[in-house]
Amino acid sequence: MSDTPWYKKIGFGLKRTSERLTENLSSIALKAALDDETLDEIEETLIACDLGPGTAGRIRERLATERFPQGVTELEVREVVAQEITKILEPVAKPIEIDAFPRPQVVLVIGVNGSGKTTTIAKLAHWFQELDYEVMLVAGDTFRAAAIGQLKVWADRLEIPIISGAEGADAASLVFQGVKEGTAQGTDTLIVDTAGRLQNKSGLMDELAKIRKVLGRLNPAAPHNVILVLDATNGQNALSQIEVFKEIAGVSGIIMTKLDGTARGGIMVAAAEKYGLPIHAIGVGESMDDLRPFDPEAVARAIVGLPHK
Amino acid sequence: MFGSLSERLSGVFDRLRGRGALTEDDVRQAMREVRIALLEADVALPVVRDFVNKITEKAIGQNVLKSVTPGQQVVKIVYDALVEMLGAETSDLNLAVNPPAVILMVGLQGSGKTTTSAKLGKQLKEKDHKKVLMASLDVHRPAAQEQLATLGTQADVPTLPIIAGQQPVEIAQRALTSARLQGYDVVILDTAGRLHIDQLLMDEMKAVADSSNPAETLLVVDALAGQDAVNIAKSFSEQVDLTGVILTRMDGDARGGAALSMRAVTGKPIKFVGTSEKLDGISPFHPDRVANRILGMGDIISLVEKASETIEKEDAEALAAKMAKGRFDFNDLKKQFGQMRRMGGMGALASMLPGVKQIKNAMANGQVDDRILIKMEAMIDSMTPKERIRPELINAKRKIRIAKGSGTTVQEINRLLKMHQEMSSAMKRLKKMGGIKGLMKMLGGGADGGVPPMMPPSGGIPGLPPGFGGFGRK
Repeated sequence: MSDTPWYKKIGFGLKRTSERLTENLSSIALKAALDDETLDEIEETLIACDLGPGTAGRIRERLATERFPQGVTELEVREVVAQEITKILEPVAKPIEIDAFPRPQVVLVIGVNGSGKTTTIAKLAHWFQELDYEVMLVAGDTFRAAAIGQLKVWADRLEIPIISGAEGADAASLVFQGVKEGTAQGTDTLIVDTAGRLQNKSGLMDELAKIRKVLGRLNPAAPHNVILVLDATNGQNALSQIEVFKEIAGVSGIIMTKLDGTARGGIMVAAAEKYGLPIHAIGVGESMDDLRPFDPEAVARAIVGLPHK
Repeated sequence: MFGSLSERLSGVFDRLRGRGALTEDDVRQAMREVRIALLEADVALPVVRDFVNKITEKAIGQNVLKSVTPGQQVVKIVYDALVEMLGAETSDLNLAVNPPAVILMVGLQGSGKTTTSAKLGKQLKEKDHKKVLMASLDVHRPAAQEQLATLGTQADVPTLPIIAGQQPVEIAQRALTSARLQGYDVVILDTAGRLHIDQLLMDEMKAVADSSNPAETLLVVDALAGQDAVNIAKSFSEQVDLTGVILTRMDGDARGGAALSMRAVTGKPIKFVGTSEKLDGISPFHPDRVANRILGMGDIISLVEKASETIEKEDAEALAAKMAKGRFDFNDLKKQFGQMRRMGGMGALASMLPGVKQIKNAMANGQVDDRILIKMEAMIDSMTPKERIRPELINAKRKIRIAKGSGTTVQEINRLLKMHQEMSSAMKRLKKMGGIKGLMKMLGGGADGGVPPMMPPSGGIPGLPPGFGGFGRK
């Protein structure tokens, strides 16, 4: 649909961030070594990008050991910061591979309410379709009003089959039916939607564990992917989301959504540093093809306001 | 909510209070820690900067450091500044206009507008006895209008019939017209979620606001929001005349930074907070109480209010009479469990009580949760009526029977018995201290007055029985 290169699109959102960063960093005087004041400013700027005080502090420490005998320009400072961020992000950039045998590859999508699960599923389905894989959906969010309807609309638009039940139905049994159906039809991928849940609600989290168990009963390898959808506008709480969902549902990878706003998703950096979970893709808009592979360097450069290479 | 922020801050303040004299350096060091604690709680950077500068300046003022209790004084300064940052007074909706009063709900996608609309509608209908009509203007997200309709049915609040293909401004007009014709007091307009940089959608929102002349324009913000919350709030308040903020998902374990930044950024009060997924999960925002909670002083006023809302009066009186006699049997214990559940479970209780860190920690680690209440109720249910009244009857054989009946183990029965024993001896102690009246005095003393005294965690907190912590560990 749109021909805008994806990095320009996050650039669009991240631009504002970068503007702020640029503002802050251009005020940094050009000195041979970074003094405390400059380092403070960099640290604060990184915190304002949701990197969190911990990660920001460590980047600051690394910068403090750098020496610039010939003096340093503002641009160079940015390059150095971008490199530091890239170093943290690089190891976690891994796309989703469809390699399950026997088919289908079961992809469970989880997250807190409002993080963008359902929309992400639609985008993911579209992505798989583009790669010439067959997709089937399971409307496992039987809790939120009209969630099933929302996913059905997407399934219609994408012309893919969808397994759904009544509102309030048992999600686990629906998932069971989905895997059975998917296996019978030999579809390549089965994407399972789940109800949004806050990570501190033990009842709902138990349901998730149950879904996992039911999946494993039909196909020991399923779910092949457990994708946690994270909202880029969430702050440090995203770390707690990762921690709890990882323990209960065995998260295998992350998709970061809503990066087309002014949110910088700096939390990705903190998450990569702390948990090292693969980041599969980022969401940069509301249309179907607004899901992009995660490119660490581009994201790092966008965060600090440098043009895409 | 606020748990980890509260923990960090109380650590800092404990150190301050522990000293007789304070130097300027001590205060500065403490303020640096406050700064990091606030940033980790996702309070917006500019707000943190302001806040820390303000309290540092006040705290190193000469009167403070020379006073007899400098540590206490610094805590008071922080408390005052927190209340100021949160907005000093509780503010309600202003719906005193020519009816129908329009409430416009705006915010990002996924912030919880639709659910909050339904909650608000339900509350206005049930508590304020208003006739409320809801209409969804979300023509963008698939099935969004159906979602509000479904929620409306659940909440028993009428929604505007959906006409496919209508544009937001038209829907708003239709809602207003039918509200006027059918004599509705309040119309809640739920708009589509939008990114604050999406000018097209922002214009649409402005057009709706212009044509419907809302009495209240409420920005719905996710309490999980990070540093970006500032940008969101700023751009929305630049586009429309906000009258207030609703924070959703305060029941998550977010550290509540957004709550602290919102007032400072928008200049508008936080009017409500969303506290659960259920349709009655919305409550007014009390800045002073939140400040208390953040500083680890608990929120006893809310607890007492909640208790009086949910506990049936006769039950409470009967229990009080029994307690006065020093008798407390398993029937009473079971009733108490039921009350605790109705009050929002142990999490809600623990978050409002001061100094129950142990329980809070146990809950955070997943060692104690509401299922324990259910389990214990099951054990009591498996007792004979006689056993419930006279627990001393329960011998080894009976324990085995009860364990089998409730699907638990004898060890768990033993723990329940021990807990009951501890509770009844606590009740007896209480009786010696002057019974219920003495207890109320104790509670009231902690809650009244501008700055609550930072009392050490007292042992005898009612509601949460002693020995609870031990019970949770499996």
